[in-house]
Amino acid sequence: MAEIGTAKGPAAEHRIILRYADEPDYTTDIDCYLRHGGYEQLRKALSMEPAAIVAEVKASGLRGRGGAGFPTGTKWGFIDHAKNQKPVYLLCNADESEPGTFKDRQIIYKDPHQLLEGMIISSYANRAHLAYIYIRGEMVRGAQILERALAEARAKNFLGENILGSGYDLDMFVFRGAGAYICGEETGLIESLEGKRAYPRIKPPYFPAVLGLYLCPTIVNNVETLCNVKHIVEMGGAAYAKIGTPNNTGTRIWCVSGDVRRPGYFEYDGGAITMGELLYDVCGGIRDGNRLKAVIPGGSSAKVLRAGETYRIRRKNSQGTMEEVEMKLEDLPLDFDTIAASGSMSGSGGIIVMDHTRDMVECLNNLSAFYAHESCGQCTPCREGALWMHKILDRMAEGEGRPEDPQLLLDLAEQIAGRTICAFGEACSWPVESFVAKFREEFEAKAAKEHERLQPAC
Amino acid sequence: MALIQNPFDHDLPSADTPRVHVQLDGKWEEVPRGLNVIEVARRFGKLIPHYCYHPKLSIAGNCRMCLFEMGTPKLGPERKPILDGEGRPELQWMPRPQIACATTAFEGLGIRTGSPLVESCQKGVMEFLLANHPLDCPICDQAGECKLQEHAFDYGKGRSRFGEEKVRKPKRVDIGPRILLDDERCILCTRCIRFAREIADDDCLGITERGGYNRLSIYPDKRFTSNYSLNTADICPVGALTTKDFRFRMRVWFLKETESICVDCATGCNVTIGSREGFVHRLTPRVNEAVNSHWMCDQGRLGFHPIHSKHRVLEPARRAETGLFPGEWPFVLRQVAESLRKQNPSSLALLVSARLTNEELFLVQRLRDLLRGESEIFTEVVPRKGVADGLLRSDDLNPNSQGARILGIGADGEKLPELRKGIEEGKIRALFCLHEDAVGAGVPEEMLERLSLLVWQGILADKTCEKAHWVLPGASFAEKSGSMVNRAGRVQRLQRAIPTPGRAKEDVWILQGLILALGGEDLGQGGPDVFSKMAAATPAFQGLTWAGLGDQGAPLPA
Repeated sequence: MAEIGTAKGPAAEHRIILRYADEPDYTTDIDCYLRHGGYEQLRKALSMEPAAIVAEVKASGLRGRGGAGFPTGTKWGFIDHAKNQKPVYLLCNADESEPGTFKDRQIIYKDPHQLLEGMIISSYANRAHLAYIYIRGEMVRGAQILERALAEARAKNFLGENILGSGYDLDMFVFRGAGAYICGEETGLIESLEGKRAYPRIKPPYFPAVLGLYLCPTIVNNVETLCNVKHIVEMGGAAYAKIGTPNNTGTRIWCVSGDVRRPGYFEYDGGAITMGELLYDVCGGIRDGNRLKAVIPGGSSAKVLRAGETYRIRRKNSQGTMEEVEMKLEDLPLDFDTIAASGSMSGSGGIIVMDHTRDMVECLNNLSAFYAHESCGQCTPCREGALWMHKILDRMAEGEGRPEDPQLLLDLAEQIAGRTICAFGEACSWPVESFVAKFREEFEAKAAKEHERLQPAC
Repeated sequence: MALIQNPFDHDLPSADTPRVHVQLDGKWEEVPRGLNVIEVARRFGKLIPHYCYHPKLSIAGNCRMCLFEMGTPKLGPERKPILDGEGRPELQWMPRPQIACATTAFEGLGIRTGSPLVESCQKGVMEFLLANHPLDCPICDQAGECKLQEHAFDYGKGRSRFGEEKVRKPKRVDIGPRILLDDERCILCTRCIRFAREIADDDCLGITERGGYNRLSIYPDKRFTSNYSLNTADICPVGALTTKDFRFRMRVWFLKETESICVDCATGCNVTIGSREGFVHRLTPRVNEAVNSHWMCDQGRLGFHPIHSKHRVLEPARRAETGLFPGEWPFVLRQVAESLRKQNPSSLALLVSARLTNEELFLVQRLRDLLRGESEIFTEVVPRKGVADGLLRSDDLNPNSQGARILGIGADGEKLPELRKGIEEGKIRALFCLHEDAVGAGVPEEMLERLSLLVWQGILADKTCEKAHWVLPGASFAEKSGSMVNRAGRVQRLQRAIPTPGRAKEDVWILQGLILALGGEDLGQGGPDVFSKMAAATPAFQGLTWAGLGDQGAPLPA
């Protein structure tokens, strides 16, 4: 990795979360973690008031790393501890299953105690005495690593009763997921944790901060988000907020997969690197000398961006006033706001790259197969629509397209998005909407094949 | 309050709920705060179409048919609502549609039930629901009362763009002794699951598989045996759950609907009798929030079948040497009246059913008064004890024990041993059984042969009927009008749905005939006529009128 960041100028990786993860002698046991300054921030946090930690997190501007980018401090602020009589739960959403995303896995497999420390601090800040790590069922090894880490932390009194003499009690458990993408939707996760089918709950009234796990106030945060809390305690909210750009503070781990020479995960300050720099300089460019065709910037449910597109982005300039600039795909700085302004989202940070050899109908069919399989089937539009869209795309990919198919796909996507219980409706319809809209000619070409086929004689 | 405790009453906010103002399709209306938006619209004659919502079940929010456009008051700089010229808050409309079933009324809520966005949502959901639906309406029992059909007609596109292969799911799944499941028709609204869990307390249904292959299933090795299982067929908006009893029997649009009550126990669940050409095909519960809410038990629902039994007695008859000899009604009534008059009143006993209507019991009372002279006539009802289930079923299986008590006919059958003893000792020489079997009530069969007069009035031939000197074929609950008093003291009406079969007659007509033959007064020709006379003569019914009972009944005057 020596050449990264040296050749054409992108800033070198700024690893905070993954600082030690890939060091050759770094192991997952607690002794190694302690040697690297582990659980020091826990000691510091336990000497602070819970509300002070929440204030630091608010000041840090930390936004959730699971996909929606919701400000973590605001989420924590929803629980009114003065009025609340019920127990508070903290849940770590480690059900990482968005196609193209593999960042949480690195943390869990390589640095589990960092997650634990972040969670213990966050639990303390939210006055939770019971926390769960809901880990994706397929990550069997990850669950074992976490179990061992929990046992080690308990043995050293980082967990359990009267943690480090502070009077604070916390227990934490690993819960292995039920093997469905929808278990990562926070209310689906809660249902699953309660032992039920992971059907997302209707909001209102079931906002987790009010009626979460066992209808008690519940905080659900992503693995990367919780790890960040540790570093916010370490450096202070204001210092953390200086990393990255305003409203996109801290570092983010970008997972690049697809048709690049060196796919992988890379941690950069928010907005510190552009799409082009990441793809061409960091990841070594498109494989086999091919041309870039499209990028999905934030996990498979984000809208696709087409190479050669330009975007009009409104942003604050250095004087603090709003300005509108035109940007090419390659120039988009990687952060929450710019990618949202380009019409997509940075979501979970899973960047999927497609080169010019890719058939967009096949690509979309691949995604839609995933969504048709993963729809929980609770509410009508997504249950029927996701499977319907997949059937159409499957047929088109098989060369059986019909002229009405592209428009039908767009209509169906529109009939799903915004009308479902959870965000899965958007997740399954946005790719369809964007692929068909941006690569309409490819879809029309597949759809127009009908006249070439032999028609029945009658 | 209904006699059954519903876990939810979305349509019945408590009376002291504060009122708020909501804007419904441009008009400001006043409704109780927290009232479900579907119910808000319903109160003003607007239907927000829905499948999964049921006023008595928890909110699932999964069908997405009730999407509506929601407005909230625009807030000014001090976070106070901005008011328009008429003092109403100005509204801002949310870009995303909301589900009406999970939205409750608050001050300044705006509701649009027919905007272009709402219509597009409804069209979209209808198209999705019909995509994998088998569209087998011509052979589906639900056709004619199917919400999918109705809403497709009212809100659908009229045509489908679905050109793929439909999902195949199990059909004719035998999930319980009385109910069948067709998974392809199911729209996964989960009403049945919630009913089984929340009301029947038999949590055996659930969803299996995932996504578009989701299907309703029963827990492995379990059967849906609840005595309330058939309510799921009622609340199933489509033809996925059908009752084995009614399946393939009759197209529902041919059914004549008669509002009546169930006579299977003292609860008196309100029912609709579905009949055609003199034949009852089904009973379905009818909403009455003072009695059964939306529900009824399977036992009561299926209890009507004996009225079409081949053992129905169809002709008035006299016993001759060779067996029963049919006669004409005027002759038979005259002869029976004559035989009764000849009896010494003290040797006469009336064994009366507490399944008779108040009107019939009132006539029995009058008949007794005509015959008694100086001495008492033995009268008693036959008790039927069941097990109360904590839901709707009562431990009293007689539907009108209260009425029998009020009219002084009998109470709990305490005197029944005296009947047997009286016959045994020869004190009782004549017995008139009205819709009761003396053998079943404890009088041995051979003892009945000692009687000099045995008159039997009823519908199904029993042991007493076999010994009776006179047989008077009466009417079943579906063949007569009248009133009964349920266990909570509510007076409710039965309505005649079908004519009596053969030469059987309504019991009021028979009893009136006997009274007239004995020189008594004319008390009217049908249940309603007799009711007014009875109400005038009985303090407990004072002030009640037949019309005043209405379809929902009325409590006994205090």
